[in-house]
Amino acid sequence: MTYDLSVERYDGSDQHKRMGFFTDTSLCIGCKACEIACKEWNHVPEADLVHRGTSMDNTGTLGADTWRHVAFIEERQPVELGDDGEGGLRWLMSSDVCKHCTHAACLEVCPTGALFRTEFGTVVVQEEICNGCGYCVPACPFGVIDKRKEDGRAWKCTLCYDRLKDDQTPACAQACPTQSIQFGELDDLREHAQARVAELVDRGETRAQLYLSDPADGIGGGGAFFLLLDDPEVYGLPPDPIDTTADLPGIWRTTALAAGTLLAGVLVAGFAGRRR
Amino acid sequence: MILNSERRPEGDRRGSRAGGPRSGGRDGGPTVPPAVPRSYYGQPILNRPVWTWEIPAYFFVGGIAGASAPLALVASLQGNRPLARAASAAAVGGAAISPVLLISDLGRPERFLNMLRVFKPTSPMSVGSWILASFGPAVGLGAARELLGVLPRLGRAGQLAGAALGPGLSTYTAALLANTAVPAWHEARDELPFVFAGSSLASSSAAALLLTKPASAAIPRRMAVLGAILSLGATATMERRLGELGAPYRDAGAAGTVARAAKTLTATGGLVVAVRARKGRRRPVVGALALLAGSALERWAIFRAGVASAEDPAATVGPQRARRDARERAAATERNGA
Repeated sequence: MTYDLSVERYDGSDQHKRMGFFTDTSLCIGCKACEIACKEWNHVPEADLVHRGTSMDNTGTLGADTWRHVAFIEERQPVELGDDGEGGLRWLMSSDVCKHCTHAACLEVCPTGALFRTEFGTVVVQEEICNGCGYCVPACPFGVIDKRKEDGRAWKCTLCYDRLKDDQTPACAQACPTQSIQFGELDDLREHAQARVAELVDRGETRAQLYLSDPADGIGGGGAFFLLLDDPEVYGLPPDPIDTTADLPGIWRTTALAAGTLLAGVLVAGFAGRRR
Repeated sequence: MILNSERRPEGDRRGSRAGGPRSGGRDGGPTVPPAVPRSYYGQPILNRPVWTWEIPAYFFVGGIAGASAPLALVASLQGNRPLARAASAAAVGGAAISPVLLISDLGRPERFLNMLRVFKPTSPMSVGSWILASFGPAVGLGAARELLGVLPRLGRAGQLAGAALGPGLSTYTAALLANTAVPAWHEARDELPFVFAGSSLASSSAAALLLTKPASAAIPRRMAVLGAILSLGATATMERRLGELGAPYRDAGAAGTVARAAKTLTATGGLVVAVRARKGRRRPVVGALALLAGSALERWAIFRAGVASAEDPAATVGPQRARRDARERAAATERNGA
């Protein structure tokens, strides 16, 4: 596999157009075909079924063995002004996935170079290199990548790297019956998403919003982004995620200062008490 | 944080919860408080750090090794052979144990050499792997000089290299934690390196106090007091600045209990060593052990606090929601003003 390790931050200079997902949750019907298609194509092992008794969600979260996760938000909410909140049942569904961040913390902190940026601008783990150090797990601001216990390595969505290389659509997008999951060139997807959210707001979905579509956000925009019908945290998504590596120059400066303080402490202790 | 991990009941109204108080609709629209769980059924947003006990243990052992290296050099330059031997032994011992701890935490231990496959300044773990890999041979040469009496010149060069790399070894682990999405670690980025520096000073001097006769231990006695003061001061600043995010340090949970024990032990150890320094006849065994235990527990508390913080969706959502709301308010003001 050939790749350039210096491409830690995607700058659009690769030969291919950047490819991505636009997940329009207003079209999601919660069928979970994406979860199944992903599992089958990528040979993702069975994950523990969770029955929380809160919703139709028995997948729970994204993790090493769940690369697509359909969230179900079921709640009573007022349907008209003056309602006491028991008026109607709102049901939101959303298929979550790795965001393939422009500034990807998992990739930046990976000490082995196992995580890399593909020619499609996606972020992929090379399983033959990963040694299971686990640094990418707390680095991800979305709780996507995780270590597979029985295997010891880190796993996550590859945006079907193998299918992309063969000009195929990723399995989840291919299986989605409502085109809630749309795959394509990121620029086109963003343009389409802008039009779609405007249309929904016009129709009265006042809280409809795009999530991770802005290249100026804390992760430089997602290669996978979303149209949500409410605030991100409702779907279990962080409302203003950042790639903490942006703060790393400052962290290194503080660390150097602390290391200098340590050295000074030894020198002071060593020479302060000497007879002059 | 108010939300913690309890499950949001259906129909629970939005109020001053994880997102902070929100009055009025967005952009001055009509105020209909939507009934929304401010998290997804109270589930964590972040994945739980997968590191096990070896990692905080390594923070402790690597911290001792790193700070012992400059101590060995200073002692050797002053002709204090017993202290130079003790500190060299601590440095080389810690440098030998550290990789064992780190490798046993790997999911694929047989691939540990992949750590040296690339060098990435964006990854504190990569930088640290290279520091540790060069620190070991350096202090090994220094120990050969002090403990075996061979290689005087190469040994001195090793001591110098070890003294230069050691402070980095003791503190890069703080950068490693700070460069994660875990709120209690990332938001402590201005203080964590100083906590680790102080803790390493205290524990390395405690190791030297145990391994050296009091007559040769004036330097580690002073170092222990400096280290205890730096560690306690930086910890107090960190907990205060973390505010709500520092709750795991104060709560009754595992991290809070350990954090309190760590502070008590460090303060006690520092005091005992300072007082006994006046007498200087017997080894301050109790004081040194208290300092060692305090330093180990401090790293454990920080580790546990991070795990607790990662598991609390409010710790992730709260500050981000506040930041986003402030930005949107500022943008709205600008639009209206223009």
